[in-house]
Amino acid sequence: METDFTPLTSLLGGALIGISAVILLASHGRIAGISGIVSRLLPPSIDRPWLMQGIIFLAGLLFAAPLWTVASGAVPLQLVSENAPLMIIAGLLVGFGSVLGNGCTSGHGVCGISRGSARSIAATATFMATAFGTVFILRHILGG
Amino acid sequence: MKILSTFLAGLLFGTGLILSGMANPAKVQNFLDLFGTWDPSLAFVMSGAIMVAMPGFWFTRKLPKPLFNDAFQLPTRTDFDPKLIAGAATFGIGWGLGGFCPGPALTALPFANTSTLLFVPAMLVGMMIAKFTSAPVLRNRAA
Repeated sequence: METDFTPLTSLLGGALIGISAVILLASHGRIAGISGIVSRLLPPSIDRPWLMQGIIFLAGLLFAAPLWTVASGAVPLQLVSENAPLMIIAGLLVGFGSVLGNGCTSGHGVCGISRGSARSIAATATFMATAFGTVFILRHILGG
Repeated sequence: MKILSTFLAGLLFGTGLILSGMANPAKVQNFLDLFGTWDPSLAFVMSGAIMVAMPGFWFTRKLPKPLFNDAFQLPTRTDFDPKLIAGAATFGIGWGLGGFCPGPALTALPFANTSTLLFVPAMLVGMMIAKFTSAPVLRNRAA
């Protein structure tokens, strides 16, 4: 399914994500990595000092979609795979991999690269490579 | 102010993801589909974020400490351990399969698409499995 190339709104949306990361660093000294923010709230090692702020950050994140829908009067276009087992496996791999690798698209891809972290640059190159490979196999070899 | 800044950071993050189109997994997968219906938008999202965060971080770190905390809590490791690479590789496979990474999946949760409602709990379980299997090493390290 084709999607429109949206350079301007994507650049602006990205800038908002950048502002969010700067706010979090300036106010709390924290990196705006979503996998880190979320996984710290989960057992077995819940980060107690972070618990309250983590929940508030997530509340803000979850509030974006209803606010957007009310303000624009429409639900944004979303095309998600309807293959339930595939989505469950994808979720498990994303959760497991982001904790094992200490970060995801935001922590490594945006914040890590912005800090000039060599580890994050290596992680970003790695997950980009396997993601490109996965989509290639999924769409062009399996034909899904 | 402390609570407000955290809430605002979350709200801006989610709004940025929706505005940029990244809450739509098809757009992410099309970025990853160089030989098919390629949509380069995601590169603009990352560029926009980095163009703001890079100078923003540089100025922020000139502060003696964060506004509401005693010290900056930044990752300090510089080594390339197998976990970093294996974790990132695993993450990339899941990201390619579903078109969702943690931020967009959570942001899209209120739209209540069935697939999102399956993906997010599975992601949380995956995170907990990773924490249980290597808890002492990874604690306070996740970025």
